[in-house]
Amino acid sequence: MNFFFDLVIGGLSIGACYALVALAMVIIYKTSEVPNFAQGEMAMISTFVAYSLMNTYNLGFWPTAGITLLFALVLGMILEVAFLRPAKDPSILGLIVITLGAEMILYGLAGWKWGANQNPFPVPFSEYSGISPGGVMITEINLWTFVTSLVLMLLLFLFFRFTKLGVAMKAVQQNHFAAKAMGIPTRRVLSFTWGLSSVTGAVAGMLIAPISTLDPNMMLDPMLKGFAGAVLGGMTSLPGAALGGYLLGLIENFFGGYVSLEFKSVVAFGVIVLILCVKPSGLFVRHFERKV
Amino acid sequence: MDMKRHYYEDVELFKTNTALALTVLFLAALASIPFLVGDYALYVLNLIAIHAIVAIGLNILVGYTGQISLGHAGFFAIGAYSCILLMVKAGLPFVLALPAAGLIAAFFGFLLGLPSLRLEGPYLAIATLGFGMAVTQMIGHSDFTGGHMGIHAPKMSFLGFIADTGPRQYGVIMIVAVVLTLAAVNLMKTRVGRAFVAIRDSEIAAEAMGINISWYKTLAFAVSAFYTGVAGALMAFALEHVSAGSFNLILSITFLAMIIVGGLGSVMGSILGAALLTYLQLKLQIIQEAPLIGPFLIEISKRYFTTEGLPNIQSIVFGAIMIGIVVFEPLGVHGIYLRCKRYWRMWPF
Repeated sequence: MNFFFDLVIGGLSIGACYALVALAMVIIYKTSEVPNFAQGEMAMISTFVAYSLMNTYNLGFWPTAGITLLFALVLGMILEVAFLRPAKDPSILGLIVITLGAEMILYGLAGWKWGANQNPFPVPFSEYSGISPGGVMITEINLWTFVTSLVLMLLLFLFFRFTKLGVAMKAVQQNHFAAKAMGIPTRRVLSFTWGLSSVTGAVAGMLIAPISTLDPNMMLDPMLKGFAGAVLGGMTSLPGAALGGYLLGLIENFFGGYVSLEFKSVVAFGVIVLILCVKPSGLFVRHFERKV
Repeated sequence: MDMKRHYYEDVELFKTNTALALTVLFLAALASIPFLVGDYALYVLNLIAIHAIVAIGLNILVGYTGQISLGHAGFFAIGAYSCILLMVKAGLPFVLALPAAGLIAAFFGFLLGLPSLRLEGPYLAIATLGFGMAVTQMIGHSDFTGGHMGIHAPKMSFLGFIADTGPRQYGVIMIVAVVLTLAAVNLMKTRVGRAFVAIRDSEIAAEAMGINISWYKTLAFAVSAFYTGVAGALMAFALEHVSAGSFNLILSITFLAMIIVGGLGSVMGSILGAALLTYLQLKLQIIQEAPLIGPFLIEISKRYFTTEGLPNIQSIVFGAIMIGIVVFEPLGVHGIYLRCKRYWRMWPF
């Protein structure tokens, strides 16, 4: 039975990271209508910046985290302004290609700047000790990952519900033209959406780096899984995407624990394809049939 | 512009005698190349031809039928591995193994096409991407396919002819490439090709015109996978060794970049894009040896970046090209060609 709970804890912990990436993707997808393939690399660059701040400038963890989040915000906004905005009336494929291009650029920059070495990412929480209620080990890092993701989700919820900017974002998501007519500076709101998404991704990156290693390929797998989680839950619903992320983490961990560890990362994509066959818009979203 | 008076004028393979003459001239040039250049240049041309086959296949799916695929590295891997395994384990001759590898890839393309009937946009992107990742993982973890270490390819041979030297290999690859290119150009002029284009332009209108959407969409996936599978098999022989790790997402993105750069919905564009990006890829890997730019980049790397990471500049350039094409010239190189052609035809107006 303990093995079962271990799997649950591990699954929820990695699921929390997927959920954050999924949220970051959905925030952008809802406003820009493009799956942002550069999401993982944006988070990876931010995490590398945090690493450099800690190693080269000897900053503590918390000030580093603050500066990194600020950097992530600026990075997201710059990407939107520099790459997405100049495209005039692009198709969905065009937008996807732009984000893929941005991914390649960021990946290349990180490889050029920091090399392909695997660096350790130090955090003030232990990977080995923690609390163990009823014999089930919950390490500090698992706990922190889980709590951080929940807190961030709560903050996002409050932000979209109660702040003027959050409501403006929702308005832009629902109807671009009407929002513009109501006097919302849609362009600025759009680039801030990218900033917000980038910050969410950066938090995920800093949570993932200590459990894996820090190298330019670090975010590839979590990004795809986060994306898959978002698709699983539905690309147009924030809670759905988060739930999808957790669900995917659990499924993956159970498969790894009970069936086969080798094919652990394959099962996620198999599940996605199967579920999309049945529910083409994800589990928690009603399918929208396109009209003529 | 001439007026077309008959249906057959529209479906002709060569519109004018000039086009026919140019094609023949081009083929003659391709045939005479092995007598003029060395082995490395032939190797580069082989790579270009193989990538051109993939790009044409991908363009049938993305450019003509309007679907998205980020999983073509998967078909590429399936083609490469099934061709080698058929030859080594089943003892099939190369002539049979090559089309068989294409058909196996096509079968998987058909399978992937089935769920894709209900998906579009980002959902299709993730489904195809997941497929590509899954294939690579399966191959990399299975002992039957040699695991992470990969497997060696035997020599291409048929009827006593062994393609062991550069020019012979070039001959085999180029013949396959030319045949497949002509087949693709022809396909797009048939009922099937027009159905693909109709689906791209408007699915609902196409269905109203009596086109069986499910059949033609899965067919597009299968045809595209066939091309990619054959190219993968040829790639295995050109490189002589394949390993699962090389068929990654970056490869799928590179294939997509080729058709974006060359031009969506154009066979000639696919070839141009493949040639351009393959050449660029090889040159950028050794950019530090380039005159003028090389020392400058090394200096910058020493000061701000790391020198051992310099080859990563390839990703940066590719990314910038992809974004630049979408922003400035959505039709790619083929679009530029069309504009030049029109300009000169109308000159001086």
